Amino acid sequence: MAAWKGRARGGDKAAAPTVTDTSAPATSSMLDVRDLRIHFPTDDGLVKAVDGVSFTLDRGKTLGIVGESGSGKSVTSLGIMGLHHGTNAKISGKIWLDGEELVAASAGRVRQLRGSKMAMIFQDPLSSLHPYYTVGYQIAEAYLIHNKVSKKAAKEHAVDLLNRVGIPNPQTRVDDYPHQFSGGMRQRAMIAMALSCDPELLIADEPTTALDVTVQAQILDLMADLQQEFGSAVIIITHDLGVVAELADDILVMYAGRTAEYGTSEDIFDRPAHPYAWGLLGSMPRLDRARLDRLIPIPGTPPSLINVPSGCPFHPRCAYAALTNGRSVNEIPQLRAVGPGHEAACHLSTDEQRRIWGEQAARMQLSPAARHFDQEDA
Amino acid sequence: MITFIVRRLIATVFLLIIVSMITFAIFFLLPRLAGQTSRGLASQYVGRNPTPAAVHAIEQQLGLDAPLPVQYGRFLRGIVLGEHFNSGSNKAYCPPPCFGYSFKTQQPVWPMMVSALPVTISLAIGASILWLVGGVAIGVISALRRGTLFDRFSMGVALAGVSLPIFFTGLVSLALFSYKWPIFPNVHFVSFTQNPFLWARNLVLPWVTLAFLYAALYARLTRAGMLETMSEDYIRTARAKGLNERTVIVRHGLRAALTPIITIFGMDLGALLGGAVLTETTFSLPGLGQFTILAINSQDLPEILGVTMLAAFFIVIANLVVDILYAVVDPRVRH
Repeated sequence: MAAWKGRARGGDKAAAPTVTDTSAPATSSMLDVRDLRIHFPTDDGLVKAVDGVSFTLDRGKTLGIVGESGSGKSVTSLGIMGLHHGTNAKISGKIWLDGEELVAASAGRVRQLRGSKMAMIFQDPLSSLHPYYTVGYQIAEAYLIHNKVSKKAAKEHAVDLLNRVGIPNPQTRVDDYPHQFSGGMRQRAMIAMALSCDPELLIADEPTTALDVTVQAQILDLMADLQQEFGSAVIIITHDLGVVAELADDILVMYAGRTAEYGTSEDIFDRPAHPYAWGLLGSMPRLDRARLDRLIPIPGTPPSLINVPSGCPFHPRCAYAALTNGRSVNEIPQLRAVGPGHEAACHLSTDEQRRIWGEQAARMQLSPAARHFDQEDA
Repeated sequence: MITFIVRRLIATVFLLIIVSMITFAIFFLLPRLAGQTSRGLASQYVGRNPTPAAVHAIEQQLGLDAPLPVQYGRFLRGIVLGEHFNSGSNKAYCPPPCFGYSFKTQQPVWPMMVSALPVTISLAIGASILWLVGGVAIGVISALRRGTLFDRFSMGVALAGVSLPIFFTGLVSLALFSYKWPIFPNVHFVSFTQNPFLWARNLVLPWVTLAFLYAALYARLTRAGMLETMSEDYIRTARAKGLNERTVIVRHGLRAALTPIITIFGMDLGALLGGAVLTETTFSLPGLGQFTILAINSQDLPEILGVTMLAAFFIVIANLVVDILYAVVDPRVRH
């Protein structure tokens, strides 16, 4: 049972697929990203915003991508959506969406898929909605370009969607402008817009960061409910571990454009193997921890993506880099299985990882009972 | 929306009254504060070495001896009812709306301004369409192709356009296209009702010259606004919906970028309707601008006062129109 998860999701799932093959599409997965690299040439040098990230996602499942600002999580999602087109981004690797490769696909084809087969929810719903158009128009617009329907039908569809995302009086609110909505309602409208064409992949880029805490929980519940209803695969991008604990089946921890750790959410919360993941968990405020305990921040700041530190990009901030006989400084760690379907890019041996995490968990006073703190039904 | 317009209209009426008071004060209060007497003012209207009696007669005829509020009241009454200037043998009638009576030309000011107005309107409307379309188009293309040859070239030309004065570009265009290669010979104003073709042909050079100045400004403004808008989050949302790039640019980008342009356009057009002084002088167009210059040169106080108020009126009205337009295009203002 997921110890840190508020919401149980049908027990243990199949192990996350290991990622080794880069030549053929996975047959089963809704989304299969292999060795994705997104680089931006700038005057100061090459910014390796995403540098070799791989993951898979099945229908009806949720992947959480976690990392600090500048870890490449948003760039990854925009890359999947093909929204780097028209910029100077250099993209390589493979993205298979339902068996169709997107990196090499034409811009026009990706545009057709955008909004219909894959849709995105953005961080700040006020700035992400156009201030001059009604909410209904903006929802109907997405539906109209991908479906041959009348404007009237599209508007009725918008009313229906607003109703389903829990907007009261959708018949009248459909003609309101975004500024007449509250923050939570705007995000609901954004979700309605993203769901307008019943997408198979829904990417939510920090969907609750700009919202009140009380509204955050409502939006997360809504997303969980709608995922059940629409059966979409969902990627949630966040720096808030509470959000992924609530929703994610799998978790990808990103650092400096690379995968630090990848596994099921049980793996990441119960058996984290990467010092960066330990740092994230240690810096997360928790109710079940003694009040007087200080949060343990990760020292330092995220690295520059132009001059990435040698070896393991995390080593300047890592308290355990000294245990690897200099390998962390000199050698880039490759992703390595540390358990079934659980991978980490760290030079520490699996035994050392288990020992250190055991000590850390004890220091954080995670008694077995306390670890099963659940926010709601469980 | 209706209450918004009504509120704005009422405010505009008050604004016009205040503007007229200030203008009136500038012309009649300031000289007094500077030590000028009503007799001194009146002596400007009687030839050299006048007799005190003649000066006194003029002083009475013009009402200069009355207190200022009374003079202002007479001025307002004249606008509504017209005014008689009677003193001895000199009789003059200024029919409503009387914006003053020029004793130098022996004519009421209003009809003179009305006859000059079509020239100024023809010039302003034609030029404004040219610069709005041209400036915005160049600005949008420059923004979308930032850093390209087109962008650099057009922004360079725009810099020149903003910097070069009308009396330079205007005279050069006249020298080239009216004298050296007489494509537009004998530039003079022909009214539209008289001959639409000649009206347009003779106005091409003034239109282009005036539009060049403004188009340069508008191209830079549009480019800056477009660059800012296209980096907004809602543009990313529009792309994420799968809209094609043209729809993203026009319906989502330009729609937002044009709103501030509308404001500036309204104000510029309002100001131009008060007289494009340099353009009209350069091309000898008998519009309000030239009327103003002539009035200033001959120190004809009633004419200057009248044309100043008319220009202020246009600017106030332009403000009103812009406010209402803004409410139409931006729902955040409306609600």
